[in-house]
Amino acid sequence: MAQKIGIIDYGLSNLLSIYRAMKHVGAETTVVSDPSEIENLDKVVLPGVGAFPDGMKLLKQRGMIEPLRLHAAQGKPFLGICLGMQMMLGTGFEMEETQGLNLIPGKVIPLPAIDSSGVASRIPHVGWEFIREPRPGAWYNTPLAGNAGHQPYYFVHSYFAMPDNPDHVWAEADFGTLSFAAAVRNGVIFGTQFHPEKSGEQGLELLHQFVQQ
Amino acid sequence: MALKRIIARLDIKQERLIKGMHLEGWRFLQDPPQKFCAEYYRQGVDEIIYVDVVASLYGREKLTEIVKQTTDHVFVPITAGGGVRSLDDATDLLRSGADKVAVCTGAIKEPQLITEISRRYGAQCCVVSIQAKKNGNQWDAYYDIGRENSGRSVLDWALEAVALGAGEILLTSIDREGTRKGFDLDLIEQISSRVQVPVIASGGLGTPGHAAQAFQAGADAVAVAYALHYGLCSVGDIKEYCRNAGIPLR
Repeated sequence: MAQKIGIIDYGLSNLLSIYRAMKHVGAETTVVSDPSEIENLDKVVLPGVGAFPDGMKLLKQRGMIEPLRLHAAQGKPFLGICLGMQMMLGTGFEMEETQGLNLIPGKVIPLPAIDSSGVASRIPHVGWEFIREPRPGAWYNTPLAGNAGHQPYYFVHSYFAMPDNPDHVWAEADFGTLSFAAAVRNGVIFGTQFHPEKSGEQGLELLHQFVQQ
Repeated sequence: MALKRIIARLDIKQERLIKGMHLEGWRFLQDPPQKFCAEYYRQGVDEIIYVDVVASLYGREKLTEIVKQTTDHVFVPITAGGGVRSLDDATDLLRSGADKVAVCTGAIKEPQLITEISRRYGAQCCVVSIQAKKNGNQWDAYYDIGRENSGRSVLDWALEAVALGAGEILLTSIDREGTRKGFDLDLIEQISSRVQVPVIASGGLGTPGHAAQAFQAGADAVAVAYALHYGLCSVGDIKEYCRNAGIPLR
């Protein structure tokens, strides 16, 4: 039986872009706005563009927090993208302190406007960046297996995730002198700060791997 | 440090791709804009900008349709603008698949629009498009496709736009636009050295070397129209030249 992949619609994301990218890599996906449908899904994609408190408020209003947490607790694959990834962390500090889904313990904090060498950086951080494997083997058998750091991905963000456990950092990138988590992972729970659906063929490859694995 | 970007800029009239000079004398190109975009994506373009030059007259249905069709096969960021006067206009474009919205005239007439878009969708979504024309020693910010002078200097307006929440500046030199004579490097230098958001240089690329000059002057991205549409060079040619000049690109 074909796997069921759902893109979570909570009113704050670029659904169309994700949907089309998933379709392009051959995945049958449905857009899910009814929380009761989440339990029937094999894999979840949680997109998001916007502010952390707004995102969590909308997930809560729509009764999606518990079904999403349950999905992850059952060991089913999960992919958060951008704000969707940030909300996987424990606590967000955008505008106000907000509880996240806590699939990956840690926090989401602002990118520094001035880096450790005193150089001012432009925020939001927009553009293409190379990513690194944080430790040997971190990408083995994961959707990033095909990359090996040879291609950049597209980032658009003002905040970044800081997992409590460094082993949950799946990929790193630089912002000035800061090395930050470009992607996070806890088992089959994946999250990317960058936008695979906007990162050309390299991004599509990541989605393809997520669908296949 | 984000990699420098090569952006294809497509000016649109109704459903057709057009190209002018000094934001005037528009000519139609044969193929539909989506087809040009697909080719630029294949060549490795980093981003697409659509500007509907008649949206304020005819509405945005044509542009939203073009954006929708483009996102079907182009998986890089898309900015769309033209006639955006309200938050609802911006919402329409974002819903059709655009990642960012460019505002020009609407922002000059009602600067709060920048703040509204930025608050609702994030600063990264809000590109303020500035049409610059040199008068004497300074550049003035124009609007209405380069027809009206706002009476403000480009630098003042750029600084205010950023303070209001602009996440990026699309800086078009009317003097160079469509001329293939190279970018207005002094303009790029003045603006990019003073604003804390990425600056996209637009207007004047005729050879790959012009892109390298713009990056060296401080541009974070260059927008290319004529040279790509008429096949003077490819995205790959521009990237190869810039890489050889030591500029980090995708």
